[in-house]
Amino acid sequence: MFIPNTKEDREAMLAKIGAKDIKELLAQIPAKFLYPALDLPKALTEAELTAHVHALAAKNKPLKNFIGAGMYEHFIPAAVPALSSRGEFLTAYTPYQAEASQGTLQTIYEFQSCMCALLNMDVATASHYDGATAMTEAALAAHRVTGRSEILISSLLHPHYKEVLATYTRHMGITLKEVTVTAEDVLDIGTLKAQLTDKTACFILQTPNFHGYLEDAQAISAAVHAVGALLVAVVNPISLGVVQTPGEYDADFAVCEGQPLGNPMSFGGPGLGIMTAKKAYVRQLPGRMVGIAKDKEGKRAFVLTLQAREQHIRREKAASNICSNEALCALNAVIYLTLLGPKGLKEVAELNLERAHQLAEKISRVKGFSIQNKMPFFNEFVVTCPVSAFDVIKVLEKRGIAAGYDLGGKQLLVCATELRTEEDLQAYADALGGI
Amino acid sequence: MQEILKNKLSIESSRPGRRGIRFAAADKHAADYLPATLLRKTAPNLPELAEFDTVRHFTKLSQQNYSLDAEFYPLGSCTMKYNPKAYDVLSVLPGFASAHPFAPESAVQGTLELAYNLQELLKKITGLAAFTLQPAAGAHGELTGILTARAYHDANGGQNRTEVIVPDTAHGTNPATANMAGYHVVNIKSAPNGCVDKAALKAALSEKTAVVMLTVPNTVGLFEPDIKEIADMVHAVGALLYMDGANFNALIGLAKPADFGVDIMHLNLHKTFAAPHGGGGPGSGPVGAAKHVAPYLPHPIVSHKDGQYTLVDNRPESHNRMKAFYGNMAVVIRGYCYLRQFDAQTLKTIAENAILNANYVRVCLKGKFNAFFDRTCMHECVLTPPDPHTTGVHTSDIAKRLLDYGFYAPTIYFPLIVPEALMVEPTETENKDMLDAFVSAMEQIYNEIQSEPQTVKDAPHNQPVKRIDEVSAARNPNLRWQ
Repeated sequence: MFIPNTKEDREAMLAKIGAKDIKELLAQIPAKFLYPALDLPKALTEAELTAHVHALAAKNKPLKNFIGAGMYEHFIPAAVPALSSRGEFLTAYTPYQAEASQGTLQTIYEFQSCMCALLNMDVATASHYDGATAMTEAALAAHRVTGRSEILISSLLHPHYKEVLATYTRHMGITLKEVTVTAEDVLDIGTLKAQLTDKTACFILQTPNFHGYLEDAQAISAAVHAVGALLVAVVNPISLGVVQTPGEYDADFAVCEGQPLGNPMSFGGPGLGIMTAKKAYVRQLPGRMVGIAKDKEGKRAFVLTLQAREQHIRREKAASNICSNEALCALNAVIYLTLLGPKGLKEVAELNLERAHQLAEKISRVKGFSIQNKMPFFNEFVVTCPVSAFDVIKVLEKRGIAAGYDLGGKQLLVCATELRTEEDLQAYADALGGI
Repeated sequence: MQEILKNKLSIESSRPGRRGIRFAAADKHAADYLPATLLRKTAPNLPELAEFDTVRHFTKLSQQNYSLDAEFYPLGSCTMKYNPKAYDVLSVLPGFASAHPFAPESAVQGTLELAYNLQELLKKITGLAAFTLQPAAGAHGELTGILTARAYHDANGGQNRTEVIVPDTAHGTNPATANMAGYHVVNIKSAPNGCVDKAALKAALSEKTAVVMLTVPNTVGLFEPDIKEIADMVHAVGALLYMDGANFNALIGLAKPADFGVDIMHLNLHKTFAAPHGGGGPGSGPVGAAKHVAPYLPHPIVSHKDGQYTLVDNRPESHNRMKAFYGNMAVVIRGYCYLRQFDAQTLKTIAENAILNANYVRVCLKGKFNAFFDRTCMHECVLTPPDPHTTGVHTSDIAKRLLDYGFYAPTIYFPLIVPEALMVEPTETENKDMLDAFVSAMEQIYNEIQSEPQTVKDAPHNQPVKRIDEVSAARNPNLRWQ
C-alpha cells in the first residue's frame, strides 16, 4: 500500500508529538472546512487500474501515421527509454545538491553540448516546455536585448506557436506583425524587407516552415541583420542531419521542438523545448544551465550556473518564471543523439528526405492529386486534393491511415518519416486512388 | 582508478567509426533532393560510441545521482513521494504514446476520455468549476492562472487593475509570474506568526489590485487559519484570490479550496499526484477556476457529449493557448492513475500521514534543530540550525553533511524570511523507521557541529566529487564541449 506506517507506528509518533489523535494536528484548518464530502469513484486495485487504463488506451485507434505539423513519429531505439526510465534518473529532483546529482548534471551538460553541435550555436539551456514556449522566450529575450517592441513573424509559422506568442506578449507592450508568404509557400525577401524597420526586435523564421518548405535563410538573415534586428530560427532537429544550420546562417537564437529526438508523441506532450543562442546573449537566456566547475580538490564537477538570471534569485525581475523544465525529455534526446552520432543522424535525415520525396512522387501520379509547390522540402509537403482535405482524412481513416493535417479547403499537409516503408507509401497512394 | 574507468564525457570516449545504431541506407543522397545552398556544411560534433558504450555511459551516470527510489529525499515544497511503478508502465502504453496530437478525434477517444475524467476528478477534490490540463509545470500553471485572471478583469471592467499582491513567503515563481503577465508586483511582509499579516494585506489592497497570490499551506508549512476572511477582503475590492497549490498534498481530501474562497489555483501532478520529477521535469500544472472565472481559462478543454470526447477550442472569452498542443499527457495519465487508485477516505489518510510525518520529525529534532515557527505544522516544517555565528557551521554545510549520511538535503535557505532555513518535507510514503534514521543522522550532525565542526564544513566526504566551488562555474562559463 501507499502509506507504510502501521497503526502502532502512528500511535508511537502521536505519543512522541504529544497529540491524542491526528485530528489534533489539523486544528489549523477551520472546522467548517475540514473533511468535506467527496464523491470520488471506488478505489481500484493495481490489477483493476491496469485493466482500466489498458481499456482506455485501446480506445485510441492505431493509424499508420502521415501527420507531422510540429510533432513527428520517429524510431526510438530501445536503449533510450531503457536508460532514461532508470529510477535513479526518473525519480531524482532538479539537481540542487550538485555533489549528489553529478549524473543528472553531466547528462544536462552533454545535452547542451549536443544541442550546440546540432544547431551550430554557441550556448544552449537545459530545456524548456516545448518548441512554442522556447521560441516565445527567445523572442522576449530579443525584445530585451534590442529594446525594440515589434516582433515580425512569417505567416507560415506553426499556428499554435503563433497563439502562444500572442498569449505571452499581449501584456508586454509588444506588437506582432505577420509577413505574408508567396504563392509558393515561402517568404519573399522583398516583402520581408518592406516590413523590417528600426523598430523590429526580431524576425521569427521557421524553416522548414509550417507547410514543410525550406526558406532561403541566408538571405533572410542578412535582411534582418541589416536593420539591426535579431533572427530567431525555429527548426526541425532531425532535418539538421542534412539541412543548413542556424549557426551557418548567423541566427541569434535558434529553437526547436526536440520531441523528434527520442521522445514519443504522446498526443503532443511532454515536448522538449530546445533553446540555443549566440554567446553574447547567454545572460539573457531564461531557465537553467549547467556548467563545469571544480570541486575543492580541483576535480571537474558539474553545477547549475548563472543562476542570478533566475526566478528564485531575481523574483519579479527574473527573465522568466520557468522552474521545472523537461529534463527527462532532454535526457532522451541526448541518449538518442549519442546512439546516432553524426553518421546516424545523417542517415536518418536522408531517409526522411527520401521517403517524403518518394511519397510526393507517388501521390502526384494519383489522378486528381497534385503537388503544386516545387520548392525544396524535408519530410512534409502540401498536397492539393480533388475533394476537401477533410473528406480525404475521413476516407483514409477507414483504411487505417492518418492522412495528414487539414490545412483547409483542398490542401492537405502530408509527412513521411523514416518509419514509413515503401509498402506504407504505396498503401497511401492506393488509398488516395480509391477516392 | 584506471584512466578508462574515470568519469569521461561521452565525447571524450568517442572514436571515429564507432556506431550505436544503423538505419536503412537511402537510395540517394541529400544533394539529390536539395540544392547545395540548403545543405549542412560540416557534420555536428556528436560522440561516436557503440550501443553498449552508450548504455554503460548513461548507466554509470545514473549511479552518480541521489534519487527518491534509492534515498530519502526530504526536499521541502517538492513533495518527493513514491512514484508507483504501475504508472510508469501505463503512461507509455503504445496506444497513448503513439497518439498524434492532430490525429482525428475518433482515433484518440481513449486519451480524451482519460483527460476528461481527470478534469472531473480535479473539480471534485478542489470544488472548482473547471480545469485545464494544458500547463506543463507549476510555474506554467501560475502564468496560466494569472493570465486567466487578467482576461477575467479585462472582460469585467477591471482594465485598471495593475497590481498583484504576493507575500514575502511566496515561491520565487509567483512574483516572476505576475511580472510576465504584465502586472506590477506588490510584496507584503508576513506576520510574526508566519501567516499573512492582515493589516499589511488590507493596506495593500485597493481598486488597483488584480490578484492576490497565496500559497496554501504556505511555505513555512502553515495553514492560513483566516483564509476565508482573507478571501473576503480580496473579493471586497473586486480582486481574485489565486492559490498556489504546490503544497496541496497537505490538503487533499481534508479541505476544498473552493470552500474558502479560492477563485483560481494550480496543482502539481508531479508533486501531489505522485508523478516523478524526472530530474527537473516534465511536470504538469493543471489550473482550476471557480464558475465566474472558468470561461477565461485557456483553450482547449476536453468536453463530453453523446459518448464523444472533444477538444473545445472555440471559447471566445478564453485567453488563448499556453503551449503547443494540449498538455503533458504522459504526466496527465499518471495523475489520473493516482486519483483512481485512492478513494476519498484514502486521500484523507494520505494528507493526514504527510502531516503526521512532518510533525514527528519536527518534534524529534526539537532542542537541536528548532522549528522557526514552533507549533504544529502541516506537511513540512522549517527548521533552523544552532546559531551559525557561534558554531561557524551554516545550513549549506549541514545539507552537504546529510549527503554523507545517505540522505538528500532538505530545501535550504527558503523561505527567505527564515534565516538559514532547512525546509523538511518527509511525505506520507516514508515509514517511521526511515524518519528515525533521518532524525538520528541530524542528531549526529548536531553533535559534530559541537565536537568536530570542520568535518561538517568540509562535507561531503563520500560523494563522487568533493564540495564544489559554484562560483568557479559562473566566472568563465563552460556550458558545452567544443
